Amino acid sequence: MSRLAQIPGEWIDRSRPLPFEFEGRRYGGFAGDTITSALSASGLRMLGRSFKYHRPRGVLSLANHDVNALVQDGKSLNLRADVTPLEANMRLSAINTFGGLAADRGRLLDRMSRFLPVGFYYKTFYRPKFAFPHWERLIRKVSGLGTPNFSAPRVRTPKRYDFCDVLVIGAGPSGISAALAAAKGGASVILVDENARIGGSLTYAPGAADDSESLSKMLMRVAVEPNISVRTSTCACGYYADHWVALVDAAKMTKVRARAVIVASGVFEQPAVFRNNDLPGVMLASAAQRLLHRYAVKPMQRAVILTANAEGYAAALDLLNAGVEVPCIVEMRAAGEQTAALQELRKRSVPVYASSCVYEALPAHGLTGVDAAVVCPLRRDGRADTVSKQQFDCDGILMSVGFAPANGLLHQAGAHMRFDETIQQFVPGALPYGVFAAGRVNGSYDMGARLADGERAAALALRHMGLEGAQAAPTVAPETRCPSHPYPIVEHPDGKNFVDFDEDLQLRDFSNAAQEGFDNIELMKRYTTVGMGPSQGKHSNMNAIRILAHIRQLPVPEVGSTTARPFFHPVPLSHLAGRGFTPERRTPLHARHQQAGAKFMEAGVWLRPEYYSQDDKLKADLVIDEAMAVRNSVGLIDVGTLGKLAVIGPDAAELLERMYTGRFKNLKVGMTRYALMVDESGVVIDDGVVARLSEESFYFTTTTTGSASVYREMQRWNAIWGLNCGLVNLTGAMAAMNVAGPRSRDVLAGLTDIALENAAYPYLGIRDGHIAGIPVRAMRVGFVGELGYELHVAADNAAYLWDALMQAGADFGIRPFGVEAQRLLRLEKGHIIIGQDTDGLTTPFQAAMDWAVKMDKPFFVGQRSLHTIQKQPLKQKLVGFALDPGHTGPAPKDCHLVIHNGAIAGRVTSVAHSATLKKIVGLALITPELSAIDTRFDVRIDAGAMIEARVVETPFYDATGARQKEAVASPQREVIPA
Amino acid sequence: MKLLNCPINGPRPVSEFAYGGEYRDMPDPAASTDAQWAEYVFNRHSVPGVKKEWWYHVPSGTWFVAERDVHADIVHSTYIYGEGPK
Repeated sequence: MSRLAQIPGEWIDRSRPLPFEFEGRRYGGFAGDTITSALSASGLRMLGRSFKYHRPRGVLSLANHDVNALVQDGKSLNLRADVTPLEANMRLSAINTFGGLAADRGRLLDRMSRFLPVGFYYKTFYRPKFAFPHWERLIRKVSGLGTPNFSAPRVRTPKRYDFCDVLVIGAGPSGISAALAAAKGGASVILVDENARIGGSLTYAPGAADDSESLSKMLMRVAVEPNISVRTSTCACGYYADHWVALVDAAKMTKVRARAVIVASGVFEQPAVFRNNDLPGVMLASAAQRLLHRYAVKPMQRAVILTANAEGYAAALDLLNAGVEVPCIVEMRAAGEQTAALQELRKRSVPVYASSCVYEALPAHGLTGVDAAVVCPLRRDGRADTVSKQQFDCDGILMSVGFAPANGLLHQAGAHMRFDETIQQFVPGALPYGVFAAGRVNGSYDMGARLADGERAAALALRHMGLEGAQAAPTVAPETRCPSHPYPIVEHPDGKNFVDFDEDLQLRDFSNAAQEGFDNIELMKRYTTVGMGPSQGKHSNMNAIRILAHIRQLPVPEVGSTTARPFFHPVPLSHLAGRGFTPERRTPLHARHQQAGAKFMEAGVWLRPEYYSQDDKLKADLVIDEAMAVRNSVGLIDVGTLGKLAVIGPDAAELLERMYTGRFKNLKVGMTRYALMVDESGVVIDDGVVARLSEESFYFTTTTTGSASVYREMQRWNAIWGLNCGLVNLTGAMAAMNVAGPRSRDVLAGLTDIALENAAYPYLGIRDGHIAGIPVRAMRVGFVGELGYELHVAADNAAYLWDALMQAGADFGIRPFGVEAQRLLRLEKGHIIIGQDTDGLTTPFQAAMDWAVKMDKPFFVGQRSLHTIQKQPLKQKLVGFALDPGHTGPAPKDCHLVIHNGAIAGRVTSVAHSATLKKIVGLALITPELSAIDTRFDVRIDAGAMIEARVVETPFYDATGARQKEAVASPQREVIPA
Repeated sequence: MKLLNCPINGPRPVSEFAYGGEYRDMPDPAASTDAQWAEYVFNRHSVPGVKKEWWYHVPSGTWFVAERDVHADIVHSTYIYGEGPK
């Protein structure tokens, strides 16, 4: 056991022992332990196997990027043992082993590593091609992560939303200082830290504080500050526009909107690169200190300290005080700073080897630990002088050679980074609006400076928010000592000097990449995959930049860094998964359609009945039945999806005249008129019916899909023109249904107080009245080519009216008809559907709708473009066509191409078999030279066969419109086909 | 998520808004040549910098003009058409 006696401030609760299992053996830990600390306390060094070579790995950082110590606990996989809290009765196993952690058969890969350089599989397994799937499967298996359990229960992960004035990311000394200052200034503060407790480096490197009481004092001040909300074990994972930050904890994601963000996220300690720097027992100095101070674990018995900064001496003294032997300190620089720790170490006769390096770590049997450190003087060229090497027995090597800023969120926020040569670190140069940095991420290392930097950032944040009484920002003296070695990397002919522990990248992989031409940092990242593992380069990117700078003989800032994108830290997909949300609108008659057996189709965001099913009848037959009911008797269709707008005011007619191509000032009260809309380029975009209710009041419809955009565009133009009228969108408030067919008047006759005779209520008239006692606005329309009334009612009354009509129509054989039948009926009339018979380039002239365009009006949107277009020859023309009545076999479909002289000459826009006309008819947009009546053209149908069609006049049916204009006598002469 | 300041409703998440394109003054249709008119209808200038844009607050049906630095994505001001700085 290497658990020490109680350490002041330790995070474990010794009164709550927790038994657990790892790799089939039982262990014990305490509440407050992480999995790693509990295993370390039990004397375990080897915690996992590496991704590629299956080398034993142990503690590296204990700071949320020990990605070689990932464990699986049943359905939870890839748990980071270094930070995952220990729970009672966990049954843990290391991931990615073959036959268990100790006996992993994958370890053979390490011996083959010289044959498995970076990119080997791109280069090796592409031939023969058929074998690749085999290799791919093998590679995926060998270099895997945890095993997903596909029977794991489905978990719904909540999302939370939160708001604050100042979001402080990182609760170390500078973050706490910033939070306290901001809260004191009157801001509401959320203070976030990924650790289980706040305090940052003060929780494991107490020697850094000038006053040993300062941590507990700080924690007390935070605890009593009502303006601060503390979120521990929570990672700020992504920065989005306008200070929107994703906070991720074990259970959920919280999206926080802040008015200002202070990033005090600190630094990541960085490893030195030397041979076997990955052995269990070789760890960052801060990792050893975390084990010691947070979990009271003695990290090793005898540690060689490799350092290049003052932090290394403090750590050495820390370990010495905990009973760890320190045979020597290896100082990479010519000399260390004259700190109290150094003097104390001298007093205790710890030898310091200056200008030296650890050349390699000698492994214990099976690479399961360290036996000794080989120390060499560093030559001027940065290589080890192996002639004068010395060997020091040890079971651990601490690395304290430098730091990299945890600046991912600053990058995401758009901060511009500059490289500070004095401290050998990227620090924020220009910061985006409302984003501030403090502490070590901002280049402040001295404890006093870190606290002052926090106050400075808070003052700036308060000023940014315009809070009264914001104090002047204190100035912070620039750092003068250098905490990071410029090149803590030592070459070794036998390699195994790891740069990226996630993916087992060695120093030579980088020189190989550069040699092959991938010598730009972004290319090198992609070729070597550095920084692409679960730790996302947190321990490897800085060294990779230094290595590339070294290879290319460039200064570090010229090499630059790779782009940092969200997420800064891996986030479980379950946290991100949301519920599918596709808005879908239903008309007030939806339930009626369901009862009638409707098959629904999507029309824009709406669901509309395509047709009404009946037992075993075929769709094609049902559509014909529905259409024939309209032609011969009466049918009822829900048209409530049409856009329904009203415009009211003295300038209402003027607005309509400017928006639509037609004329509306002369429209008589009580009458309706077809309306066509084009955009500024003269392309047809919408149509509908405009009704004049009074001099200054119009009610009009738009297409189903166009309702939102027509309303919006009319609002925009009216904002510009400032006409004296107002627009109301009644689309959702009103329902509409069209009762159509020669018997429609008979259906209404017994229900309404509206005079229906042709003389009193002509075609295209609009009347307000009652039907079945309900206030109804009725428009006499002819879209389907029969006598018909489009009835607009308040949405709440729709179902009642529908029922009344169906009941009254029963004697006449009324039946509901769907969109398919309506399409057929209108096609027989040659009426176009915007968006089906027109496309994004079709002008009114091409659609043969010149009659609807009043070019002599003073102005309408698109008129000027149509003036130009009018002068040019037509490129296409919409024509009606028919196939020979005797045609059998496959028929053209929508969008089949018209072929003329071997070239595309147009396309079919609508086509259907008309039972009324007993032939196939359709509309086609074709080249004008084929548009004359009786011209024959070829349509290429499925499978390439050519079908001949002939241009004919439209409407195909009832060319004079007699049926819709006048009631047709004796409908009984036509018989509904059985 | 970005915030936009609707002149009527105050700052709202950008998901509540629809973009209405760059604000452009329409030339006099009668006085402009075909080429000048085509330039107005079809050509947009994607030069980065501060631009006037149409934005629409969907729930309230409010059109307004935003002066936005499209390079830095910073909105300098928003105002109802005709009420802003000339």
